[in-house]
Amino acid sequence: MKPAAFEYHAPRTLEEALGLLEEHQDEAKVLAGGQSLVPAMNFRLARPAVLVDIAHVPDLDRIDEADPASVTIGARVRHLDLEHNTIAGPLGSLIASTGRWVGHYPIRIRGTFGGSLAHADPAAEWCALARALDAEIHCRSTTGERTVGAGDFFEQMAFTTCLEPDELLVGVRLPRLGDSWGVGMAEFARRWGDFAIVLAVAAVERDGDSIAGARIALGGVAGGPVRAANAEALMAGRPATAETAAAAAAAAAEEVDPTGDIHGSADYRRDLVRAMVTRALDQALA
Amino acid sequence: MTARRAELTLTVNGQPYDVAVEPRKTLADTLREECGLTGTHLGCEHGVCGACTVLVDDEPVRACLMFAVQCSGQAIRTVEGLADGESLHPIQQAFWEHHGLQCGFCTPGFLMLATSVLESRPDIGDEELREVLASNLCRCTGYQNIITSVHSARDQMRS
Amino acid sequence: MTVGARWTGRSLRRFEDPALVRGLGRFVADIADHHNGTLHAAFVRSPAPAGRIRSIEAPPGAPVLTAASFPGIRTICARLDRPDFVALETPVLATDAVRHPGEPVALVVAGSRAEAEDLAEQVVVDIEATRPVLDAAAAIDPAAPAVHPGLEMPMGNNVVLDARMATGGVDEAFESADEIVTLDIRAHRQNALPIEARGALAAHDPGTGRTTLTAANQMPHMLRTALADILDIPEADLRVVTPEVGGGFGQKMCVPREYVALVAAARLLGATIAWIEDRSENLLASWHSRDHSYRLRGAFTADGRLLGLDADIVCNIGAYSNYPVTFGVEPLMAMAELPGPYRLSQYRVRSRGVTTNMCPIAPYRGVSRPVLTLAMERLMDTAARRLGLDPVETRRANLVKDFPYSMPTGLPVDPGSYVETLDAAAEAIDLESFRRRQQRAAAEGRYLGVGFSVFGERTGYGTPAFAARAMEITPGYETVQLEMNPSGDVTARIGASPHGQGLATALSQLLADELGVEPRQVAVVHGDTDNTPYGWGTFASRSMVIAGGATKLAAERLAARLKEIAAHQLEASPEDIRLEQGSAVVAGTSVGVTLPEIARIAHHSSHRLPDGLEPGLAVAATYDPAGTFSNACHAAVVEVDPDTGHVEIERFVVIADAGLEVNPMIVEGQIHGGVTQGIANALYEELVVDGDGNLLTASLMDFLPPTAAEVPTIEVTHIQTITDASITGAKGVGEGGAIGAPAAVLNAVSDALTPLGIEVNEMPATPARVRELIRRVQPATTGGRQ
Repeated sequence: MKPAAFEYHAPRTLEEALGLLEEHQDEAKVLAGGQSLVPAMNFRLARPAVLVDIAHVPDLDRIDEADPASVTIGARVRHLDLEHNTIAGPLGSLIASTGRWVGHYPIRIRGTFGGSLAHADPAAEWCALARALDAEIHCRSTTGERTVGAGDFFEQMAFTTCLEPDELLVGVRLPRLGDSWGVGMAEFARRWGDFAIVLAVAAVERDGDSIAGARIALGGVAGGPVRAANAEALMAGRPATAETAAAAAAAAAEEVDPTGDIHGSADYRRDLVRAMVTRALDQALA
Repeated sequence: MTARRAELTLTVNGQPYDVAVEPRKTLADTLREECGLTGTHLGCEHGVCGACTVLVDDEPVRACLMFAVQCSGQAIRTVEGLADGESLHPIQQAFWEHHGLQCGFCTPGFLMLATSVLESRPDIGDEELREVLASNLCRCTGYQNIITSVHSARDQMRS
Repeated sequence: MTVGARWTGRSLRRFEDPALVRGLGRFVADIADHHNGTLHAAFVRSPAPAGRIRSIEAPPGAPVLTAASFPGIRTICARLDRPDFVALETPVLATDAVRHPGEPVALVVAGSRAEAEDLAEQVVVDIEATRPVLDAAAAIDPAAPAVHPGLEMPMGNNVVLDARMATGGVDEAFESADEIVTLDIRAHRQNALPIEARGALAAHDPGTGRTTLTAANQMPHMLRTALADILDIPEADLRVVTPEVGGGFGQKMCVPREYVALVAAARLLGATIAWIEDRSENLLASWHSRDHSYRLRGAFTADGRLLGLDADIVCNIGAYSNYPVTFGVEPLMAMAELPGPYRLSQYRVRSRGVTTNMCPIAPYRGVSRPVLTLAMERLMDTAARRLGLDPVETRRANLVKDFPYSMPTGLPVDPGSYVETLDAAAEAIDLESFRRRQQRAAAEGRYLGVGFSVFGERTGYGTPAFAARAMEITPGYETVQLEMNPSGDVTARIGASPHGQGLATALSQLLADELGVEPRQVAVVHGDTDNTPYGWGTFASRSMVIAGGATKLAAERLAARLKEIAAHQLEASPEDIRLEQGSAVVAGTSVGVTLPEIARIAHHSSHRLPDGLEPGLAVAATYDPAGTFSNACHAAVVEVDPDTGHVEIERFVVIADAGLEVNPMIVEGQIHGGVTQGIANALYEELVVDGDGNLLTASLMDFLPPTAAEVPTIEVTHIQTITDASITGAKGVGEGGAIGAPAAVLNAVSDALTPLGIEVNEMPATPARVRELIRRVQPATTGGRQ
């Protein structure tokens, strides 16, 4: 379990990093925390000819809170820093409670937010969170920057995004959530720190005793994170009660189309969707 | 197949080591093969078991998931650096006193993980400590005596 | 044992530990990495579960070794001398056929492991794949492909062992029964998973012609003999060293093909070559474990007495046999020990071993006993439930109380504390108040359950016990060589081969008491065939019983010599001499002579020895007991989440009786570790293959050893029943934790789900499996609230 040989670059500027990606295209992989890429390389499932280590590219490790309406998380911000973030309001608490579920402590020390999104594991916590909040993902190349919504960023196939070979994910913009929002996150994994079998991220906006709108994203039920659109639609305008949450969870379980694997059949994943959505919504409505 | 070797200086337990390694050589393999520090063990090489846990700038990392070329200029600490000469570090002493090891293969990883968390968070509570210790695998002890050992070291290191 | 023993019975901290906590313990990979110029091997392995090798193509001139590189090499083959057994031969490297995924086909050598893997990738093995057979039940079908075509299988297609026994009145017992309980038990395939995978370093010395194999292994002497036999090398030219070994649990007991190939390669190339197994290889093709199916029928009276037991056991033994104990160990242990500690007069059993295109099976902590205990304990609970009886009462009514007891299979059971441990466990759980709490929880839609598991763990198998299986290679005895050095300290050389158990510390405690020295004055030498007497290594919970017994016998001989010399010096009678605190003193006086003084005389002034005593202070002794039974009761309290199928273990109680505990701290550590593996087996760990035999659980993200977050605090209470079946009084404790835990957990899960009418008889009881059972009776989740 030793990786195949590769060429290593540690660019000192963003321009230099983008130049390397442009030069090497498909041959190159970006190395950030390496907590998903390196295991795949050790198994020789991934065998990039060139690694572009972005550890020394400035400014990617910042959480930018200058904008009152949004927060932009740099690609290299670590899971651990997000778990202990100081972002105000429900967004901060949703990020913190989600971050706690990402891998084990040493993995959270090395692993990065941008790396997780670019890796696009279908059961990754950050992918579901990005999808729930319609994150805007900033992708840079030598020819410029484009911003892609989370709905378009993740492809239907697992571990696949719309990132071009010469593009670097540089940051992710998340909308701030006001005090009318409640948030919740629930995950079922076999062991503490494992990737989820199914996870649910929920954000619900209240209008008094009723629900103004809901955002529910699921991981582990498709090639990428998905929104439970029917469940969201069902909640809008309904009273903010446990009964509504249960009805939404049932709708979510109905609308997903998971495939089975060694950790559970499609039916089992549906059951977990119902349970996890209920639990996430219970938190959001509490 | 082999790529050009990179020449770099690693600082391990305060000592400089000049090494020339292929970029694909992990920190764990480099410590073992180039620095002669074989206390860092490899149990899975995919970041799950934690036997290879070392500290990089005082934070615990899986040394099987970092390449040595990423570590230039950072302070690396391994199990060999814990004891002060003849006297064991409190965490080593606690594992000995409380039977926190059997075969000892996973032990260096647990010692480094525990050292780091007790240094950075001397007041960490039992529940959170159990979650942190859940980062590594042990097949012999059932974890109970590892947890007892780390609790004991926490009390020792606070006082 | 000795009343008022100074060291035995104390939780002395281990002498093994200081080096290990400093990172200075030397495991085989460490030795390889410290050795200059070590070459590294990698194996080219079959990607297919079954097929014929058409060709093997390697880059020209590359150091790629195949079966053709080693003409004259023998197969690996251990036999049982019984008519219901078909011997399977394992080629060291695959010759014309491949029979399981990961089977080694070629060995490549390079300057580093990474380069060896680069080279292995360039070797092209052209395999004409054939249809594999993966499941034991399917393999028995006459239409199934033969795993070993051309080998005669008189007992049925792919059936390599078909053992039967029956007492005289089984049918009558079933006819007279009030209730017949039928039960299907399934234990899926697992991996023992020591955190240090296997590994070896073969160094050939062209000067002496000797080859040293340093290896992660539990049986160094057996490995040396096997290498000599298979490679046709004089055994004296081989040395096997087992340095620090990072856990074994049975996986490092049997002779690996890879180690044999490595020695052959080192001799062929005149080189020092390391093969350090990685986790990928380890999960795929080290040794797998268990994979048993049991159909049980129990005949019960209305008041819960077990009258008769009828069992059909099938073990999927994989593609080849292990060496030296053979695949027979799984089905034969299952049939011999199934009735456990329950009084039973009528027993009929058929137990088969079936070969398939799966990785071969080797013993794993407990071997068949975790499964047979699961079977019997589920039978007891199921019978109690059907008959409306209390499971604890049903057990108590059936447990053996009078000793010695003879199982219907003829196995003698020495005194133990079966009823006492059960009662103590029920009390520790506070069963009555638990039942009230369980009812309150049920009213809230929560599912709590309690499960018990009572078992005897046969340990200290000596030669007679193994001979009952008709093993061509019959393990059993242990020898200990003891020498007091001129300075008065002691060197003990043992054939047992500890790998994490702390045996050196425990033996030093025994010796300290026998010889009147301090434990730190004892050096225990093990794991080096050049420096230790022939022995059988460490497995089967045997070392403290057998090597401990041999140590005690040798110590008695040495003590007698010391006393004789002292008596001569002090002009006293040897019977009046006591060995204590480093001296030999005349009882009741302060007259004495120090042990170093005696040792100097024995070694350096042997002319001053009494007439007839030979110089020096070297003695040896061998111990070969018939065997004994440790016993325990485990109890688990669980909560099942009906929406996810997740099982949370709230409490785990162990009442353990391992006889005399030489070092209680070590005993308790063995129980913690064993129970944790039992919980892992019960709930988490399973090797899964797809229909083509591809391993789907090929990493530790899919094969799931539990972490500190999943394992509960294990509450251990000790009872010590001393019997004369073991001369130290110790009964062995290595496997018990793993044997009892699965049954306790699955009984608790089944108890929790009783309101839904669900019985869980398959392990691991993964969340998906548990939820599937619940869904059948409760299609929608309850809404998912915890």
